[in-house]
Amino acid sequence: MADIRNTFVGIKSPNPFWLASAPPTDKAYNVERAFKAGWGGVVWKTLGEEGPPVVNVNGPRYGAIWGADRRLLGLNNIELITDRDLQTNLREMKQVKMNWPDRALIASIMVPCVEESWKAILPLVEETGADGIELNFGCPHGMSERGMGSAVGQVPEYIEMVVRWCKQYTRMPVITKLTPNITDIRKPARAAHAGGTDAVSLINTINSITGVDLDSFAPQPTIDGKGSHGGYCGPAVKPIAMNMVAEIARDPETHGLPISGIGGITTWRDAAEFMALGAGNVQVCTAAMTYGFKIVQEMIAGLENWMDEKGHASLSDIIGRATPNVTDWQYLNLNYVAKARIDQDACIKCGRCHIACEDTSHQAITSMVDGVRHFEVIEAECVGCNLCVNVCPVEGCITMEPLPAGAMDQRTGKPVSPIYANWTTHPNNPMAKVAAE
Amino acid sequence: MAIGHFIEGIAGGRLSAEEYADNFSDLHPPLDHHEALVESDRCYFCYDAPCMNACPTSIDIPLFIRQIATGNPLGSAKTIFDQNILGGMCARVCPTETLCEEVCVREVAEGKPVQIGRLQRYATDVAMSEGKQFYKRAEPTGKTVAVVGAGPAGLAAAHRLARHGHDVTILEARPKAGGLNEYGIAAYKSVDDFAQAEVDYVTAIGGIDIQNGKALGRDFQLADLMRNYDAVFLGLGLGGVNALRAEGEDADGVTNAVEFIAELRQASDLSGLPVGRRVVVIGGGMTAIDAAVQSKLLGAEEVTICYRRGQEHMNASGFEQDLAAANGVTIRHWLQPRRVIAENGKVSAIELEYTAMDGDKLAGTGERLTLAADQVFKAIGQSFVPAHLDGSVASIELEGGRIKVDAEGRTSLAKVWAGGDCIFGGDDLTVSAVAQGRDAAESIHRALTSNGRA
Repeated sequence: MADIRNTFVGIKSPNPFWLASAPPTDKAYNVERAFKAGWGGVVWKTLGEEGPPVVNVNGPRYGAIWGADRRLLGLNNIELITDRDLQTNLREMKQVKMNWPDRALIASIMVPCVEESWKAILPLVEETGADGIELNFGCPHGMSERGMGSAVGQVPEYIEMVVRWCKQYTRMPVITKLTPNITDIRKPARAAHAGGTDAVSLINTINSITGVDLDSFAPQPTIDGKGSHGGYCGPAVKPIAMNMVAEIARDPETHGLPISGIGGITTWRDAAEFMALGAGNVQVCTAAMTYGFKIVQEMIAGLENWMDEKGHASLSDIIGRATPNVTDWQYLNLNYVAKARIDQDACIKCGRCHIACEDTSHQAITSMVDGVRHFEVIEAECVGCNLCVNVCPVEGCITMEPLPAGAMDQRTGKPVSPIYANWTTHPNNPMAKVAAE
Repeated sequence: MAIGHFIEGIAGGRLSAEEYADNFSDLHPPLDHHEALVESDRCYFCYDAPCMNACPTSIDIPLFIRQIATGNPLGSAKTIFDQNILGGMCARVCPTETLCEEVCVREVAEGKPVQIGRLQRYATDVAMSEGKQFYKRAEPTGKTVAVVGAGPAGLAAAHRLARHGHDVTILEARPKAGGLNEYGIAAYKSVDDFAQAEVDYVTAIGGIDIQNGKALGRDFQLADLMRNYDAVFLGLGLGGVNALRAEGEDADGVTNAVEFIAELRQASDLSGLPVGRRVVVIGGGMTAIDAAVQSKLLGAEEVTICYRRGQEHMNASGFEQDLAAANGVTIRHWLQPRRVIAENGKVSAIELEYTAMDGDKLAGTGERLTLAADQVFKAIGQSFVPAHLDGSVASIELEGGRIKVDAEGRTSLAKVWAGGDCIFGGDDLTVSAVAQGRDAAESIHRALTSNGRA
């Protein structure tokens, strides 16, 4: 049986599945239930400064988009950090950690961007026995208007500064949580790294409006006729999150920096993909908020089964395995030629491949052959774009088949070259580097 | 089983009031809003969709389903009505399993087609319940058209003609409009007096005057219409019922299935409708199934369909046969009626002969079987009655015993078009009658307006 025990910046947990700092981790009652269900760790809902806690809206906090059967695809929230008293949270954290010594308990923290504030809260957190802290530089709504959350995460200098304070005032490992609401995720990651962070976690939620009520013309979620942008999460954001994880993992400046992957993780497969791209573990929120804590059981069993099937003994066998295969476009092999092929036995003749190709691409799929409804790739027109594969409703019906070296590409009339060649040396590239003599 | 099942002979009141209500409730209850969204999401929006090509009225099915999926049921209904103004009834009675749903790529892929019929009903129900009218009449042309028969073909023709600005008079022999929709379809397929609601919806466009109780050949002649109107559309349906050609078939208790079905549809109290304890239905089409199933639902103890050929030859679809079986009807094949046995003038049994193929001809084997029966329904097909057309004009050309028309629905007589079951070459489907009525109306319009120009 594969060993899925996880050690992340020295913090041990029985599996790599943590609950992200969010409503599911706001109090002992929920966290106890999560640990009973099998979660490896939790990042406690973000703590604020001592004093009167923040207040939340009393109308809807969440908005969503759905598939046809109300399957939740994306969730948005305008909830703030914990609206419970700091001492209550600290007391509960301490008790829970005592009850569950084998599970990871991380404190998420967001206090004003002044040294005194951080200096004040860190010893209080440390006293709970928490395994580490996560700096919430991500929340894009509400708190950012007060100079916290993503307002910090969007300024690399601030990130570096706060991380330095934290490293100075606590012995606990520091995980810096990044906001995706920036143009280049490598910049804040580099800043956190420069400040001495032990890890980064990402992504936090993405600024969003989930819908507009077309009767009242109000954005959703709607509070008394008005709406505010909220943080978007759930399955819809996974591709964005994975790219950002990969960008940091392959950036020479941050390569090797531990990453806790977050963003739409719903199944064991999602988790495995994040880890393959370089995440040392993963954090989950929306899936739990949609289905309850039990989903971790599927994640654990699914990950173990897959690892067993593939012969991966431990998580270190999979973490970062896909990172070297993420590259820049300019290094993709332009001599690689693939053509779509339609399995006629699997084809149900819906014609979607044809009309997608005919209307919007390269006119490379027939609709009729000898007077009979028939969908077939015209190799001489096919550029191998993969659109037909993506729109085909039958999995595995259309495949992209690479042409072997030496085979004739009917589109170009040239044989496929066995030699790797990319844009950097392509004759059409005005910036082409001449290969060394 | 209620005691009423065992009353000998032909009797009413076999069931409790609740059982009648339950038995004759909607066969396919309407989809609710969420069900419609989920079902519509199953549609792949095929290119050159096979379902659309299989529909005799060529409804743009992928488009109307997509309009349901996007929360636009009214737009969906218009897509349907553009091609088929009787889309509401067709959604209920079309044998979708042999038309659109048979060729649905989901049927091909997984044996579970998108439920096109039920989605069509969803959209048309929304529009009709809101009384939404999509069409306005064109400027009056001053032309008049007589439509004979207020069945699906006649109604479809009348609506399209009225839309084009012509004044339409429908002459209908029966007391109500609707044709087979009103008199010829199993009650559980058209509940809540839907046929009349649809007639009202169709005629709400204006310019359509329906005159009931006016029978061709009895109250007026074709020649009168040709003289008094600019054009005539014949949607006469089939007036005759084929005989069993079995000895003693005039015995009391031998009934035409179509009459039984019509009587049932018009009954205000089903418990007052008598049905036999042991019913035998002769035939293999939809009418046979409708009569048999409804006999069972009225409380007959034993209902048997006897068909003279094999299961694979039956005109009733597989779905209809399954429906009969699920309702406890026994379907027996390779049996033809020979003699109706009566006691005191009333049916007591029917003697049948086994049949087999002799080369490519059907022949009796000589072996006989007697089934006890106190009621026998004849459902071996209907026939066109050309006598009604006799009048003072040159006779209309027939083919195969029905009216001969060209691709546009023109008969051999100038100014006279025809469509629906009365024409040769059709498939006796409501939806085909609608298509023929609609297309004949377009042809009439072109003829009356010099190619569409008023």
